Amino acid sequence: MIVQAIVFYVLSAVLIASGVLVISVRNPVHAVLFLILAFFNAAGLFVLNGAEFLAMVLVVVYVGAVAVLFLFVVMLLDINLLRMREGFLRYLPTGALIGLILLIELAGIYASWSFGAAEPGLLAAPAPDPGAVPNTDALGRLIYTDYIYLFQAAGLILLVAMIGAIMLTLRARSGILRQSIAHQLLRSRASSIELRKVPRGEGV
Amino acid sequence: MDEFWSGYLWPAILIVLEIAAILVPLLIAIAYLTYAERKVLGAMQLRKGPNVVGPFGLLQPFADGLKLLLKETVVPSGASRAAFIVAPGLTFALALVAWAVIPFSEGWVLANINVGILYLFAISSMGVYGIIMAGWASNSRYAFLGGLRSAAQMVSYEVSIGFVMISVLLCVGSLNLTDIVHAQQRSIWFVIPHLPLFVIFFVSGLAETNRSPFDLVEAEAELVTGYNVEYSSIPFALFFLGEYGNMILMSAIITILFLGGWLPPLRYEPFTWVPGVIWLALKICVLLFGMIWVRATFPRYRYDQLMRLGWKVFLPFSLFWLVLTAGVLEATGWVPK
Repeated sequence: MIVQAIVFYVLSAVLIASGVLVISVRNPVHAVLFLILAFFNAAGLFVLNGAEFLAMVLVVVYVGAVAVLFLFVVMLLDINLLRMREGFLRYLPTGALIGLILLIELAGIYASWSFGAAEPGLLAAPAPDPGAVPNTDALGRLIYTDYIYLFQAAGLILLVAMIGAIMLTLRARSGILRQSIAHQLLRSRASSIELRKVPRGEGV
Repeated sequence: MDEFWSGYLWPAILIVLEIAAILVPLLIAIAYLTYAERKVLGAMQLRKGPNVVGPFGLLQPFADGLKLLLKETVVPSGASRAAFIVAPGLTFALALVAWAVIPFSEGWVLANINVGILYLFAISSMGVYGIIMAGWASNSRYAFLGGLRSAAQMVSYEVSIGFVMISVLLCVGSLNLTDIVHAQQRSIWFVIPHLPLFVIFFVSGLAETNRSPFDLVEAEAELVTGYNVEYSSIPFALFFLGEYGNMILMSAIITILFLGGWLPPLRYEPFTWVPGVIWLALKICVLLFGMIWVRATFPRYRYDQLMRLGWKVFLPFSLFWLVLTAGVLEATGWVPK
């Protein structure tokens, strides 16, 4: 138990510290690296809570794919660090105000939130007992049976977003050379080589 | 005090000993893999390979290691210091931590977790950061180009690796690595029904570990050596060890997914006398030899061909095979559980 408590406090402390560093560090690449550290510690907290599937998916999806693309974009941007520091104080009051409003709203929701007596009965299916079934199994059973329509809807939204992103960036470019593997493989000796008897002194 | 000893201290000591029992043979294997690679390449090119240090050059890896230890560590003045130092450590550490879930024989596993294969996938998807951080932190054009290439390449091939893993998992019904081997004990090695996937996984593994013919990350002719140009001494040694560690790890994953892990090839007498860990090591060695053989045989891929192979050949095919596997399992009623 003590070990778990120590691990929890270490993970949370690093998570919060790296979260703060994400928004306070000057260099944007370092900010993304701290974001990755934050994801990683959040995954650790998931494992501590027995949600090992969510932890691994968090690492695979966010650390392994999303953050790589973030890092790509940030590295390739031409960012002037001095110019970024100039605006900080000017925008600080506005940002702080928005943050404060969100914080008050969250606190309000948290204070007034409660489950009615009938609500648990409204669930389409209760979650399986985490002790009996591994949680990959449990999640699979829920999202592929009772919540299949919601799951498919989420998939469709992602598909639409993907098509939209492709349409926005797709442009027909002219003058680029493409390799057609099938064309190359279909070439035969007859279609590409011709043997000729060249008369001396006359050429082809 | 007694409770502290039996509840915390003794398990901690035990775990440290178990980790040492995995890491020490692994590091020796990495050292001798570099030796084996040079010897095999030498033999294939009708040379002798290392043969001066020690009998048959057997002490060559240690001589190389000692040389790297004694060199000066150079950090370029324009480099981002922290990231520059962290990157090789990260690469090396990731190559080692993945071994926590690999089962060496029946019950011989450090952490027998439910999501073993996902853990391996997560660790291998983080491997890209070591390289991309090194490339960016070096503040050098060549290193940066190498880092970007590797990021694009590893992300691309991870997708088809993921689909291959899912197809195998469909036949197992569990994410646990020990369960995967047990499923092959009950039926047959998955290399037989999933032969095309085995080939795809092996080739994707070459791309994922940045091995030849996909070693565009360190294409000597264009990028000097890519992401690790600016590294010297111990940081360079860590990259080098990490790369070879990843090769062994990838071979181990292929062995567990397709070649029956620690299982003997036949369930009869002379084969079952040999302990499982020896079978695992033998299979890993065969795959490693294959990787070295590929390096001696094939020229390096062009970058657009690499991307085409990943996205336009492997991805559609593994997706098709996934649907096919699911269909066959459903139609024949072989779905596990």
